[in-house]
Amino acid sequence: MGHHEHNLAIFRGKLKFKSNEQKIWGVFIFLSIITIIEVALGIVKPEALMTPYISAFEGGFMATMANIVLAALIYMKPLNLIFIVLTIVKAYYITWDFMHMRDETKALRRMVVWTAIFLLCYLVLILLVEGDYIFEVYKNNYIKFDF
Amino acid sequence: METTVATTASQGGVWGGGNRPLRASYGKMMMWFFIVSDALTFSGFLAAYGFSRFKFVDAWPIADEVFTHFPFLHGVPAPMFYVAFMTFILIFSSVTMVLAVDAGHKMKQSKVAVYMFLTIIGGAIFVGSQAWEWATFIKGDYGAVETKGGKILQFLDTEGNRVAIGSFAESMQTTAIEQESSNGVWFMSGNDQTSYSFEEVKAGFLANENLLIRTQYLDADGHPTVLTREASVAKIQKDGRLVVEGANLKRNEYGHPLFADFFFFITGFHGFHVFSGVLINIIIFFNVVIGTYERRKSYEMVEKVGLYWHFVDLVWVFVFTFFYLV
Repeated sequence: MGHHEHNLAIFRGKLKFKSNEQKIWGVFIFLSIITIIEVALGIVKPEALMTPYISAFEGGFMATMANIVLAALIYMKPLNLIFIVLTIVKAYYITWDFMHMRDETKALRRMVVWTAIFLLCYLVLILLVEGDYIFEVYKNNYIKFDF
Repeated sequence: METTVATTASQGGVWGGGNRPLRASYGKMMMWFFIVSDALTFSGFLAAYGFSRFKFVDAWPIADEVFTHFPFLHGVPAPMFYVAFMTFILIFSSVTMVLAVDAGHKMKQSKVAVYMFLTIIGGAIFVGSQAWEWATFIKGDYGAVETKGGKILQFLDTEGNRVAIGSFAESMQTTAIEQESSNGVWFMSGNDQTSYSFEEVKAGFLANENLLIRTQYLDADGHPTVLTREASVAKIQKDGRLVVEGANLKRNEYGHPLFADFFFFITGFHGFHVFSGVLINIIIFFNVVIGTYERRKSYEMVEKVGLYWHFVDLVWVFVFTFFYLV
């Protein structure tokens, strides 16, 4: 039960640290930079990031498929997309380096991460779609909400 | 005797306990199990928040108009700053935790103790900050009026600045008395009185020509709709019902009741996890100081507790994004 070796490279091997302590401080600086960017964007809210870049496609089956595949760029504000992407980057580095997932076996990594991601994606997808549906019902039809 | 008998354990076979699945110890594996299940619980909460928010997407309060306070800076609008400070503190405490784990691998007892102590301090600062945020949120800011339909009306002046109801409400004699136990029925309680009654606020609003009403509904730019003076006067006379100051689980002055409900529920659950993490860290800190892990020749307990602490940080990263940023 001696301590296993640490993997000292991050960013797919492009940045290799000299010791584990240095890697920890390096990741901390990286996470702080990302947090500062997120907070700055959240306070300033630049106008260029507040309207979706692509509008929804009209048409039949292929248009609907395109809408689904490019949903993140059609239905989301780019500002929110940036926030979510940066959050996932932060989560990756916290899990991989602070929780030492980088040093665990591949099987354990996959067990933890794939389970969570698969279930999360499914749950979030159905709840957001349903929420939007109910919003449309109350907006466009003659029903007064009572809950 | 044992060396001459060939068992699966001595041969390194699987069923005799001869190997460690996934090369992780039992304790670490169980901690990962717990983390996955707790992560799914929090995702359920956040997904429910997303569902409710999408249901009322045209009326949801804007976070950087609600969370604008910083301790010791009265009247200074500081949107998002305190929450950013809290995020930074939690990330920093995660860093000191991982440094403690690293020192534990090298069996350096005093270094582990120092870093764990810093982690505990960081966690305590975070819990205190969250409590301060709750107190500020509950106390309220400018105050608002609730309509008969349960919607919130806020007040602006003609330049677009928010106006506190206390600054224009007229004071009137009132016959309403707050029920006390000396003159009430023991099992019933009256509603809490607000600082100003609705009649006082309405009279002050009608008397002051510079005031406008802002509804909670967002226009095409994503800003709450500001009514003209005529529409504001009509609105408060026709639809206004009562004054709301601050927030509780039934109503809040920022917008839809679900906004306050989810804020309390999710940040409360997360704060409880941080608090329990701080307690567990204190216990492990004492064990480090008295040398339990030196005797055991392994600091793996510090690593397991570190996993829990990083999980708490991870949840906060997501809560911070979906509550305050998006």
